[in-house]
Amino acid sequence: MGEQGSDRIFDARQEAQPPYLYSDYVATRLRAPKKPLMILPRTLSNTTGPAFGHGAVGELDNDLTRQHEGEPLGERIIVTGRVTDGYGRPIRNSLIEIWQANSAGRYIHKNDRHPAPLDPNFSGAGRCLTDDEGRYRFVTIKPGAYPWKNHDNAWRPAHIHLSLFGEAFRSRLITQMYFPGDPLFEHDPIFQSVRDEKARRRMISTFDLETTQPEWALGYRFDIVLEGRNATPMENHR
Amino acid sequence: MTPEPTPSQTVGPFFHDALLGEDRSELVPPHHPRAMRIEGTVYDGAGDPVPDAMVEIWQANEAGRYTDPTDDRENPLHDPETFSGFGRSGTDAGGRFSFLTVKPGPVPGHEGTLQAPHIMVSVFARGLLKHLVTRIYFPDERESNARDPVLSSIEDPEFRTTLVADDEGGVLRFDVHLQGDNQTAFFEL
Repeated sequence: MGEQGSDRIFDARQEAQPPYLYSDYVATRLRAPKKPLMILPRTLSNTTGPAFGHGAVGELDNDLTRQHEGEPLGERIIVTGRVTDGYGRPIRNSLIEIWQANSAGRYIHKNDRHPAPLDPNFSGAGRCLTDDEGRYRFVTIKPGAYPWKNHDNAWRPAHIHLSLFGEAFRSRLITQMYFPGDPLFEHDPIFQSVRDEKARRRMISTFDLETTQPEWALGYRFDIVLEGRNATPMENHR
Repeated sequence: MTPEPTPSQTVGPFFHDALLGEDRSELVPPHHPRAMRIEGTVYDGAGDPVPDAMVEIWQANEAGRYTDPTDDRENPLHDPETFSGFGRSGTDAGGRFSFLTVKPGPVPGHEGTLQAPHIMVSVFARGLLKHLVTRIYFPDERESNARDPVLSSIEDPEFRTTLVADDEGGVLRFDVHLQGDNQTAFFEL
């Protein structure tokens, strides 16, 4: 099985993904598996997956600016896009969970020791279901960059974490959405762990004047492509 | 143009409020007559527990049926309102996670084979740029484990054993070793 695994190193689908071991990101050194990954045949065990109905999501869960009495500080933004499979088919009624730092670059988390202010009006967590076209929409605050201890003077580019289920166990994806033109990209080993430049660009949202609402909020578009239940177009070309 | 997949990025250290705000670690209520506890610890390559990991499980019901519309076989289906087949647990300061569930039935494999009862597992953590996928098999299923197409595809018996839980007096223990000599067997995504 190990040999079959190495045959697939050149699979374009895998090429888009970061490796487990990326030494510049120090935490991978003791957490990346070293033994070859086994092949898992496609069966009901991975072509099925959990579904979360409308009961799982509250009406205001996709608006991170309205979870408290007052409005959070920072630049109000709208983040929207489509979730599709590798054929461009919409992924419907699928749960998206997001979390992020506040506008000062601080998370509400006991382990975040960055000396930047917490915002009593911002928790930084939201969720929603995609609609029949696979679209989702969040209203939030543009997160700030923040320092971390990976290397000397290390800063994460501003980003929003997204967790998606798609339609099957094999569609599961956790990723990060970045903002266009961030000068920290070239210094960030997590962003750089995706070695293919085109694939890296797919993690950067685009400013979208159509989504932008006058006198109210800037709009960013971020489309997401998940593995489908079954074969992907690229797998067919093998 | 064919849409290309979105790359994976690490879950990072700060996901707890967003992903673990609701407790999804109990797939059945504690009074369920066949409720079974599965516990384990996630270890890194130095043998230290990983206190900031998240483990998700996905499994069939006791009849071997997935709560998913594409599993349209006629096996009896639990009410999807009461058994979703999905669970999520964070790890605590000692790297420990825990689920309360029922043992799934056997499910079909590829090309007419039958798979031994098993639970699909995803592991997320800071330092994992992509999540890891593994499986929990059951120690009381020696014969069906021996015939299982996925288990038997692993040639090294010690490596294969990393996928079989240990029965510790009614509680099943399934530790996850991310790296090292006793590394758990993981599958390609």
